[in-house]
Amino acid sequence: MAIEFKPSPSLPPPVNSVGAVAWVRHNLFSSPLNIFLTLFSFYVLYLLIPPVVEWGIINATFEGASKAACTGGGACWAFIGVYFDQFMYGLYPSEETWRINLALILLVILIGTFAIKAVNKLYLSIGIIVIYPIIAYFLFSGGVFGLEVVETSLWGGLFLTTLLGVIGIVASFPLGVLLALGRQSNMPIAKSVCIVFIETVRAVPLITILFMASVMIPLFLPEGMNFNKLMRVLIGITLFSAAYMAEVIRGGLQAIPKGQYEASDAMGLTYWQSMILVILPQALKLVIPGIVNTFIGLFKDTTLVYIVGMFDLLGRIQAATHDSSWLGTTIEGYAFAGFVYWAACFGMSRYSMRIERKLETGHKRN
Amino acid sequence: MTNTNMARAQLAPGEQTIIEFNDVNKWYGDFHVLKNINFSIKKGERIVVCGPSGSGKSTMTRCINRLEEHQKGTILVDGVEMNNNLKNIEAIRKDVGMVFQHFNLFPHLTILENLTLAPIWVRKTPKKEAEEMAMHYLERVKIANQALKFPGQLSGGQQQRVAIARGLCMQPRIMLFDEPTSALDPEMIKEVLDVMVQLAEEGMTMVCVTHEMGFAKTVADRVVFMDAGEIVEANEPHEFFDNPQHDRTQMFLSQILNH
Repeated sequence: MAIEFKPSPSLPPPVNSVGAVAWVRHNLFSSPLNIFLTLFSFYVLYLLIPPVVEWGIINATFEGASKAACTGGGACWAFIGVYFDQFMYGLYPSEETWRINLALILLVILIGTFAIKAVNKLYLSIGIIVIYPIIAYFLFSGGVFGLEVVETSLWGGLFLTTLLGVIGIVASFPLGVLLALGRQSNMPIAKSVCIVFIETVRAVPLITILFMASVMIPLFLPEGMNFNKLMRVLIGITLFSAAYMAEVIRGGLQAIPKGQYEASDAMGLTYWQSMILVILPQALKLVIPGIVNTFIGLFKDTTLVYIVGMFDLLGRIQAATHDSSWLGTTIEGYAFAGFVYWAACFGMSRYSMRIERKLETGHKRN
Repeated sequence: MTNTNMARAQLAPGEQTIIEFNDVNKWYGDFHVLKNINFSIKKGERIVVCGPSGSGKSTMTRCINRLEEHQKGTILVDGVEMNNNLKNIEAIRKDVGMVFQHFNLFPHLTILENLTLAPIWVRKTPKKEAEEMAMHYLERVKIANQALKFPGQLSGGQQQRVAIARGLCMQPRIMLFDEPTSALDPEMIKEVLDVMVQLAEEGMTMVCVTHEMGFAKTVADRVVFMDAGEIVEANEPHEFFDNPQHDRTQMFLSQILNH
């Protein structure tokens, strides 16, 4: 007669291995070295935090019309307050800045609509990618519906930074995907074009590309033909980061097992069907950290447009610190710039982590 | 198209050749992997291909839907020559299902989406119809209750049954199996073989690379033994196992049967 096999019941873990005290003991005071590092870190924080709080909040001056008003010995945030509009919108006429705000609100609403289940995601995406940019373009530059024309040379501040960053990201991503696929392709001509493009663009500093875009291209263009400097810089930034993007995505494509390509081929899917439905969704998910890395790099690299005479957030701050009534406010200006860039990049990073979690299907690679 | 279908219907079942290899040769670089393969498979036949590793059995099978290209000779599948004509290849691939050693399910799609992907995009079947068909085949492989899970949440045997159902969803005329049980735990081999036996009983044309000799004995119409890129021997199962003609076949059989 066979004996019935009964698995033993699972027991809860010992009490002293869970909870806050266990966490502290395990992570902060587990060994002499760990105890030392914990105490040392607390000491460094003790040295750093009080002076920063004192300078930035307790002794800081938040209101005033010039540096002379800042008498507390702390930070002179009044400087940021006075120049705030310029930091945000550049030299965009202040009675017209509602157009930028409106475009921003519109974008937030459109993206928020994604959360509503009943909305057709495809139409919404087309709306955001195709129709919204046209609306935003006319809102920003004016010339229609009685909107006053605003030259792009007046665009600046965080507005310009965001514009360069967002358009650079949105345009360089699909271009990067195409370049990565091209580099993996069996067609020799497409392949060589992609390789030459990627290797050339990656080998050149962004500053060189921006100089070429703003100074050299107009020299080669025929007399009277002149297209916007902002446009040229945007194209330069997009091509530059597309080359990086392509290599990141290629890494993802190479990580997909050969069996996935074979299975989709064996089903009779065409090349584009198998890329769009099978390969890219997996490859892109794998390289989300790398893609976001490139996006963050691109966003911060946009500060380089200062070199070719465009005043983005950092450019405007730097110009403002030269104002004779606000001399000596460089630290406040850079602290503000640092905070804005940090907030934007941290936001991108958190968002990408959320996407990664959402796309996790608990699969093992096969 | 209709004419050829009518011509096909007039042939007696079991007499019509559906796959034909004529002097097929293939090289990987300098390595001669398939040497003068001459072989034809009739509609409804169940072929088991066996042989030592590196003998070219997988390669030969993968030539049938052109996952591998051959360099010399001709392969006709359903009367269509497999050459560089992309349209021909895509047309044949619609009609040839394939099951791989490592399942190759798409990990980012649910089981149901894995099954409906090709019918929807290749056959242009309406989504609802494709889903109904997918559920039908999932029931046949006894796994319908897992339809909304992802492949990573299933056991190996379940994944391979899904892979078979995925192949069947395209309603193929031929099913290719490339070592379908080699990557499975021993306890799961049977559930996959059961599905394959059932499929064979329904008259599907099958080409199966496997070392499951029990399966070959019960199901195969012919067993093909390959070594060093050549077909050494092809015969009905009882002749093949009880009375092998070649020394090489005898040696292979003694090694895999007496362990």
